[in-house]
Amino acid sequence: MKNINNKTLSDNPFYDPSLSKRHSKARRFKIFTITCIVFALSFLVFFLGDMIVKGLPAFQQSYMQIDVSYNDKTIASTRKAIDKKYRRIVSRAWLRNIPNQVEESPELMNTTQSTWVLVNHQVDQYMKGHYFKIKSKELKIIEDMHAQGKLQLQFNRIFFTQGDSKIPENSGLKSAIIGSILTLLVTMVVAFPMGVMTAVYLEEFADDNRWTQFIEVNINNLAAIPSILFGLLGLAVFINLFGLPRSSPLVGGLTLALMTLPIIIVSSRAALRSVPDSIRQAGYGLGLTKVQVVQDHVLPLAFPGIMTGSIIGLAHAMGETAPLIIIGMIAFIPDSPGSIFEAATVMPAQIFTWAGMPERAYIERTAAGIMVLLSVLISLNALAIILRKKFEVKW
Amino acid sequence: MKAFESKKRHNEIKEQLIKFTLITAASVSILTTFGVLFSILFEAIEFFQMRSFWYFITGTEWSPGVADSKFGALPIFSGTFIITLIAMAVALPIGLGSAIFMSEYASPKLRSKLKPLLEILAGIPTVVYGFFAAITVAPFIVNFFTLLGVQASFNSALASGIVMGIMIIPVISSLSDDVISAVPDSQRKASLALGMTMSETIKNIVLPSALPGIISATLLGLSKALGETMIVVMAAGLRPNLSWNILEDMTTVTVRIVDALVGDHEFNSPDTLSAFALGLILFIVTLVLNIISVALIRKFKEKYKINTL
Repeated sequence: MKNINNKTLSDNPFYDPSLSKRHSKARRFKIFTITCIVFALSFLVFFLGDMIVKGLPAFQQSYMQIDVSYNDKTIASTRKAIDKKYRRIVSRAWLRNIPNQVEESPELMNTTQSTWVLVNHQVDQYMKGHYFKIKSKELKIIEDMHAQGKLQLQFNRIFFTQGDSKIPENSGLKSAIIGSILTLLVTMVVAFPMGVMTAVYLEEFADDNRWTQFIEVNINNLAAIPSILFGLLGLAVFINLFGLPRSSPLVGGLTLALMTLPIIIVSSRAALRSVPDSIRQAGYGLGLTKVQVVQDHVLPLAFPGIMTGSIIGLAHAMGETAPLIIIGMIAFIPDSPGSIFEAATVMPAQIFTWAGMPERAYIERTAAGIMVLLSVLISLNALAIILRKKFEVKW
Repeated sequence: MKAFESKKRHNEIKEQLIKFTLITAASVSILTTFGVLFSILFEAIEFFQMRSFWYFITGTEWSPGVADSKFGALPIFSGTFIITLIAMAVALPIGLGSAIFMSEYASPKLRSKLKPLLEILAGIPTVVYGFFAAITVAPFIVNFFTLLGVQASFNSALASGIVMGIMIIPVISSLSDDVISAVPDSQRKASLALGMTMSETIKNIVLPSALPGIISATLLGLSKALGETMIVVMAAGLRPNLSWNILEDMTTVTVRIVDALVGDHEFNSPDTLSAFALGLILFIVTLVLNIISVALIRKFKEKYKINTL
């Protein structure tokens, strides 16, 4: 052994001159794969950071403390409620709401109150240090008020308590959130029982015949159909054929249900399959029928897995936009829908609508809407993971 | 005895009823697939009765909404093709590289952390990607190419293609990772024992074995890119543009479908029905891609006798 070590490398019969090249090639390849995954993950970080930086300002809104007089004259013409010099600063939406304020609290009538008043989006953008378009006369007033502390950023309640609006500072996510809830309610009411029943049939009852195989191939294909085509189906079948109301959560929910179905079926089947056969055999041994075994023993044991899959399906449906645009759920909805038959919009559709608005103020609202949507989705997925961890049974 | 029998009879009827309900539920999925197919097919046929199918496939001018409207979808197909190509150029190397790292180099613990992280990318709604493409990536590309002295459009194919590619990374990485991990370890060990380096083993032994699965993942990503709507609606253009310049604005099949169906058009006009003709083409192409993908993965499973994929 010692002998070999003493010789020069080239005398070694096993010496391969290309070896060091091959090793550095191997190293380069490894670095390449690491770069790939680092790139993918750093994109994720950059992306989320970008949304947070863009969206955070929207959770604050500028208000100004000025005198507002409430009387018959100002209710008839709300512009007159405030000093003339503030007219280009205060939000039109706030002024328009003055009669409602008086209706709610009649004691305001014939008084002059010093209150915090919503200002328009240009002033708000000035406060947030973004690009703004304000005339120099108003700019001076604003700077004065700002210096006196009478113009400041406060928590943006409007964003959560108002529906969409053409006035940027008055627009909020509320009607979209309610629309999303109604739509997903319809989705789950339809997709959950359908999906679970299909899974039970395929996993527990079906013989391995042509029909079953055909169903399986179909479910597979259903999962791969681009979502926008489900929108075409919704338009052609639910709206044109059945005459269901356009833009309604009913149609949206049904369309999303068809898309969620394969996700629920696949995960439910996996959950049913993980229940060991010994449970079924024990049931049969006690003289139970197949239905009884499935209903009382297999399904309860598989339930956590089924729930996990359904929640993931729900999260998926929640972020879907394309099919809902096709069936008209991007309508302008200032008031929250009261039932599943009324026109509604959903969160992703609201984000889409805001993203297309020209005013700068909508960009931050879009990003804030995205933050809300992503937090809901992340919570849903976290819930699914917790459910799985908590109830997972190792057989 | 009699009471017992009647109960048994009652139970039998109940069981049959339950079974029947289950079969009905299972058939809904078939109904849906055919529902999608026929609802698109019938409207598309109606469209082709009004306009020539041949011109639709080969014509180069798409001008709906005017008196002498023309429906030649070639520039739309080319735009879809180019944007998809850009997306795959981003997603395939990164997705495959990530998959190789996770399955070959990373420890099981690291892998179990990385995989869900990557899958967050798949869970982000596409409308969010669209906003990101339009607000962040597109202006960046315009500024970047202005520095180089080249003019780029704010609706460039490049911006939507890149973001779409990022969206598809987890589709490719996740399935490829499963497939590569499923290649039997004996193959790797044999190769390493013969003195091959790790990268040579991966390139010459593991990847060829996993190839059917990787192709399957690629086709799945491809069909996802073709059907992707929100990113292109928000970041790509509306103008049908038959060009190879990826810095110009281009339109895709999905953008034109959305454009044709949003707004108040008469339903039975060729303008609206053209969406269904485009939808039909999209349906057929993605269905074929999916069928090939499923067949390939089944072949891979049979070869290595795996049931867990």
